[in-house]
Amino acid sequence: MRLTCPLCGPRDRREFTYYGAEEYLHRPGPDAAPDLSQGGAWDNYLHLRDNPAGPTRDLWYHDQGCAAWLLVSRNTLTHDITGVELVAARKGARDEA
Amino acid sequence: MRLEGKGIIDRTREVSFRFDGRDYRGFRGDTLASALLANGVKLFGRSFKYHRPRGLLTAGPEEPNALVEVIGKTSRTPNTRATMQEIFDGLESRSQNRLGSLRHDLMAVNDLVSPFLSAGFYYKTFMWPRHFWEGLYEPIIRRAAGLGSLAKVHDEGVYEKAWAHCDLLVIGAGPAGLMAALTAARAGADVILAEEQPLTGGRLIADGGLIGGDPAAQWVHRVEAELRAMPNVRIMTRTTVTGAYDNGTYGALERVGLHRSPRPNLPRECFWRIVARRAVLTTGAQERHIAFPMNDRPGIMLASAVRTYLNRFGVAPGKRVTLFAANDQARQTARDLMAAGVQVAAIIDPREDVSVVEECPVHAGAVVIDTKGRHALQAITVRKGSETFRIETDCLAVSGGWNPGLHLTCHMNSRPRWSEEIAAFVPVEAAVPGLAAAGAANGSFSTHGALTAGRLAAERALAALDLRAPDLAVPAAEDTPYTHRAIWSVEGAKGRNGRAWLDFANDVTVKDVQLSAQENFASVEHMKRYTTQGMAPDQGKNSNVAALAVLADATGRGIPETGTTTFRPPYVPVSIAAMGAGGRAKGFAPERFLTSDQASRDRLAPMIEAGLWYRPSYFPKPGETTWREACDREVRMVRGAVGVCDVSTLGKIDIQGPDAGRFLDFVYTNTFSTLPVGRVRYGLMLREDGLVMDDGTSARLAETHYLMTTTTAAAGQVMRHLDFVQQAFCATWKLRLISVTEAFAQFAIAGPKARALIDTVLDQPLGDLPFMGVRPVSVGGVEARLFRISFSGEEGYELAVPVDYGEALFRDLVARAETMGGGPYGMEALNVLRIEKGFLTHAEIHGRVSADDVGLGAMVSPRKDCIGRAASQRPGLWGPEREQLVGLKAAGAISAGAHLFRPGFAVERENDQGYVTSVCWSPTLDSWLGLAFLTDGRARHGERIRLVDHLRGIDVECEVTHPVFFDADGGRMRG
Amino acid sequence: MAELIAKAALDGQGPVTRAGLVLSVLPPAPVWSIAPFPGEDLTPALAALGLDFPAPGRSNRAGDLRLIWTGRDQAFLLGGRPPEGLAAAVTDQSGAWAGFSLSGIGGEAALARLVTPDLRLAAFPVGHVVRTGLNHIPAIILREGETEFHIRVFRSMARSAWAELVEVLEHLAARAAAVQGGASAPARTG
Repeated sequence: MRLTCPLCGPRDRREFTYYGAEEYLHRPGPDAAPDLSQGGAWDNYLHLRDNPAGPTRDLWYHDQGCAAWLLVSRNTLTHDITGVELVAARKGARDEA
Repeated sequence: MRLEGKGIIDRTREVSFRFDGRDYRGFRGDTLASALLANGVKLFGRSFKYHRPRGLLTAGPEEPNALVEVIGKTSRTPNTRATMQEIFDGLESRSQNRLGSLRHDLMAVNDLVSPFLSAGFYYKTFMWPRHFWEGLYEPIIRRAAGLGSLAKVHDEGVYEKAWAHCDLLVIGAGPAGLMAALTAARAGADVILAEEQPLTGGRLIADGGLIGGDPAAQWVHRVEAELRAMPNVRIMTRTTVTGAYDNGTYGALERVGLHRSPRPNLPRECFWRIVARRAVLTTGAQERHIAFPMNDRPGIMLASAVRTYLNRFGVAPGKRVTLFAANDQARQTARDLMAAGVQVAAIIDPREDVSVVEECPVHAGAVVIDTKGRHALQAITVRKGSETFRIETDCLAVSGGWNPGLHLTCHMNSRPRWSEEIAAFVPVEAAVPGLAAAGAANGSFSTHGALTAGRLAAERALAALDLRAPDLAVPAAEDTPYTHRAIWSVEGAKGRNGRAWLDFANDVTVKDVQLSAQENFASVEHMKRYTTQGMAPDQGKNSNVAALAVLADATGRGIPETGTTTFRPPYVPVSIAAMGAGGRAKGFAPERFLTSDQASRDRLAPMIEAGLWYRPSYFPKPGETTWREACDREVRMVRGAVGVCDVSTLGKIDIQGPDAGRFLDFVYTNTFSTLPVGRVRYGLMLREDGLVMDDGTSARLAETHYLMTTTTAAAGQVMRHLDFVQQAFCATWKLRLISVTEAFAQFAIAGPKARALIDTVLDQPLGDLPFMGVRPVSVGGVEARLFRISFSGEEGYELAVPVDYGEALFRDLVARAETMGGGPYGMEALNVLRIEKGFLTHAEIHGRVSADDVGLGAMVSPRKDCIGRAASQRPGLWGPEREQLVGLKAAGAISAGAHLFRPGFAVERENDQGYVTSVCWSPTLDSWLGLAFLTDGRARHGERIRLVDHLRGIDVECEVTHPVFFDADGGRMRG
Repeated sequence: MAELIAKAALDGQGPVTRAGLVLSVLPPAPVWSIAPFPGEDLTPALAALGLDFPAPGRSNRAGDLRLIWTGRDQAFLLGGRPPEGLAAAVTDQSGAWAGFSLSGIGGEAALARLVTPDLRLAAFPVGHVVRTGLNHIPAIILREGETEFHIRVFRSMARSAWAELVEVLEHLAARAAAVQGGASAPARTG
């Protein structure tokens, strides 16, 4: 498997570390109630994941490369990789924690 | 028998080698198979189940029978295909899968009881009585099972791995592959041409013919010479492409040293990962056997193999050869043999309406129904209509048609398509993105068809690569249509003498497949597992399609409806050593060395691994006989005078920028934006799920400049985490992070005399540096940083210098300490000192503990958001039901990993109260100490608890205490 | 007062020549990291030195100074100290990285044993730089010339990196000797 890092270009999978689903980018804001009950914002954020057969988006870290975090769009059925973008440069990136 | 003037072996270079203890001679260019065949050897091995005598079936990588062991000085490689092993001087080999000699294998008794050993035999026989399985059945079966045996010694061989990149990977250098490579190379593409054999040319080597009016060999030679002269082409012979993987990555195994006498540092094999923008599969096709009764005797081989032995190696596989084939192309075998002066007894062709005009007798509409000859073929029985007759023959060449070598196209989950026209599976298009099959691998069997397809495939690849295809004419070549009749199996006698083999290596017969269908294992996947069809080293290359046809017939379905099992990588067996090349011994992980490494070794300190780092365990003194003596002394030295310890392994992350403080507030549970410049604060970092990730100190060096310290173990994880938080949540904040772990050497100086030592080292007087303070200092004219922090509980300093000065400073500090009754201390003493103080390491913060568990719940600030704060408030992550950090004191030895129970309660999982994470003997307190997690532990100080470690045989009572055993108010370190 | 003597990584290690390639330790030199804060432009400040903040995978030089890209929003200044007052995080990394030179024809083939990215000249021209792993060792590789690579690794891992490179050269030398010692392919007639 190869990913095309927007900074480094095409690289082998072993340069990257997988983290998890794109959901990790959508951290509940500081005003979200610290509620971990089922269906709550934090419960969703931390625990609830789809397991799609098809297109998915997940987070990879280019740790043997430029140290950028990447948002990878890929297809779990065909193994197609349809997009790799920088987490820090993505559209609508929230800059207030 | 060797024929004069035939073959392309080098007759000027004789090679001597051994097989089964006998000396043989061959020529350079021979395989073990061809050289032994030339010496009259027909018996190469024994079959897996029935231990039937077996000879060569093929001349290539798909060989199921001639699997031998190659024996080196320190190695033994089982299941080496004699058809692929080239001979060299001193090659030592032997047959396998036998008990006794190859000719008189005692296990051959299995063949006599074969009616009882049919498919599913194990499942049916070894069921009862149930308890016999472990003690009796399994050991016996295991002993008899398996092909070949392991050397059971460490493999000292050298293996290599390598990467390659190209525009076009051409897999197979037959006519299609050469044409594809030439087309792409002339267009300027970077081409890798991988060929499994030592020579390019593919079937052209053995089958000859004319290309462009010249002998095929000349054309091959010309094309190869042109390719070799081009800087954009790499020809890799003896290289098998073993797998197609995602995004244009291919695995390939190169035989580097297997065909030579071993020499130092020469890799045996190299495992390549080839990244190709486009690939062309030109692997040719593999001939099929026919399942007629007793079709497995030595001397029965594929017609194409006979031509290879004859034309490539100059070996006649028999004196009186017979051909049994249902296609016109195989007739060439008989013609080539006769042209070389070998007698051909007859051609047996199952088709009625075929030409019988040959230089030898032709029996049209005839089939072979029996064979004779115990260790080698002596005669065959032929049935023609109602008449049967016997032909004396010592070699039967068989052709049941051809299967395209499409395996790689199935490596990414695609199934091939059945072609009625050639009665074989053919690849579907785009089965592997970027890979296109061409030529015989795509079902186009004529030479001209292969050349044309090779050029076309290259042209398509070039278009995708935005390169212009050159004007390259396809030379004239043989272009006869493939005329054949599919023939899968032939019926003969009933019972033992009617057995017709499909999978030779695993001894699967037509009857086994029929039985499978009869017992309702009718799906192809079930049949495969029930009979083990296709599960031997050849992975069914010789037999899967025929087995499928038999299954289709037995179940009354067509072949397309019956389906096929899939092919998975690797295409040929790949040694684990080759795949793991570079990862053995020191290649497994890098070693990290401190600047003080040599100084510690000079003092005979045993070095222990801490992550990738090597750190001194202790510094032995003359007269000390155990590590404990040294450790106890070092602990007393620190508590009584001064000790020096290299702490450079701690992760150091430099954080600069106007938003640095705000960032630290977000990643730590406590507040750092309010930390004054020149001060240090202990920080606790959580994961987002509320559990503790790491702890450490961070110093504020300037208004917008912090230096974070992580534990040695978590340095990488913390860096990754900080990068994530910064890039995901605060990408526009003005700050940057960079590791400076490698830039500084840092030494702890701890003990009542630490200050006195520091005063002698610095260029200027220190003055007042409060506990948890940091200040720039100068040491021998070198800019340095001095922290006043303590991991020992004593008055402690950490002095950091640019890493180049580390060794000099360590030697200097140790020498000074020694004049003051102190000296260096190692990891053992460091651990005792911190346990006495109840300081945490990753033994405690092991990924399952919350801040509250370790008594630091109050450090999670309620006034601000931080990573992990929300989840840390979750019920279940705090409170009395949790196992909480406590101290343990015991009179006798205790152990980390032990579990805790209430005295008087049974030692059972249900009664488990917690576990021990760290222990030491404390020379300071004259007691065994432990840190442990105990249910509701904070409320239980003073209780007695039972500590049990079954592994080490420890069962003692301890006192539960506060985790800080020594100097609880911190008076010593505050000074 | 202490007297401190500086000692670089792999101090005293002489060059190794195998298979037509020379592996040697680069002499110690200043290395400073420069990481511009988000939204800051260092162009004017660096232009005064004749340098430009490099695009990913690139480097540029002015006299003895060289600025090489080393990661996301990060470059290393080699050969000197950056000016004060940059709107950037600046750290002294001198000594933290051990540098090697690998020179001679076929350096790509040697590195291809340890490094996964494509280092063919067309894909990786002179002056380009990759941050990658040398086997398991984090590394910065710069194409110094058509036949020379500069490889930088963490100082603590310098011995491992050196050993890995030497082992690769030994294998290549043995391969070359084996081919010379006897024709690897059988003679072809016709």
